[in-house]
Amino acid sequence: MIEIGGFLLLSLVILSGALIVIFAKNPVHNAMGLVLTLLSLAILYLTMSATFIAMVQVLVYAGAVMTLFLFVIMMIGVDKEEERKESIQGQSFLVLGLVFMLVGLLTYVSIISGFKWDLLFPQAGFVIEGKPDLIASILFTAWVLPFEAVSILLIVATAAAVGLAHDQSKKDI
Amino acid sequence: MEIELTTDWYLTLAAILFSLGAIGVMIRKNVLIMFMCVELMLNAVNLTFVAASRHLGSPDGQVAVLFVLVVAAAEVVVGLGIIVSIFSKKASASVDDLSLSRG
Repeated sequence: MIEIGGFLLLSLVILSGALIVIFAKNPVHNAMGLVLTLLSLAILYLTMSATFIAMVQVLVYAGAVMTLFLFVIMMIGVDKEEERKESIQGQSFLVLGLVFMLVGLLTYVSIISGFKWDLLFPQAGFVIEGKPDLIASILFTAWVLPFEAVSILLIVATAAAVGLAHDQSKKDI
Repeated sequence: MEIELTTDWYLTLAAILFSLGAIGVMIRKNVLIMFMCVELMLNAVNLTFVAASRHLGSPDGQVAVLFVLVVAAAEVVVGLGIIVSIFSKKASASVDDLSLSRG
């Protein structure tokens, strides 16, 4: 019972953080809502015994990515009011319709499967502890090719960031 | 009746989180906030991966989360670089002003 209560509390915090991200007016508040969501997701990962993932979530997402976001928000300026004019006619109604379609699809799939999504793959009777050595033993053996591909991706992204930051109009300096 | 915390709960939470992120991308105009909503959707996918890993008792899903994290970090770096370089030319963070590709 305490499991259910903790999960419901955590999901409440996660979803309210997501709502802050969507509806807050000040970009800094949006970023803080995202931090709330990311940190409570890390706690949820801890309860799902994915220890290493929770650690990386805090380090990479709540640390590095959010710092970058806040840096850019401060650079661009937070005092600009976002215009609320609809550029596409009836945009909010379209969004509402799409959301209803999405929710309807999810509900339909849940109902036709009788709220039992685990028939195809029955739940394992044991719980694995996602410790760093377990993750590493798979990452560097079975997943080593994606690992190398991702390292190439990171180098390309670094080069792209440097290229973007280099201002073409000031080339003569 | 004892209610058990099954995988369905996590999947439902991930679905709601993903829908919220999609709504945010569709209704907001500020590029930065749209970007944050994309991050929300990525996190919903990560939650699905971890839930599947717990469900199947296999650590493969958690390794996949690591890759999603790396790709998201690269995406943020390049995306924010593009936003800053657009802002230095246009002085606006609204997507309505960014119609450069229109014919």
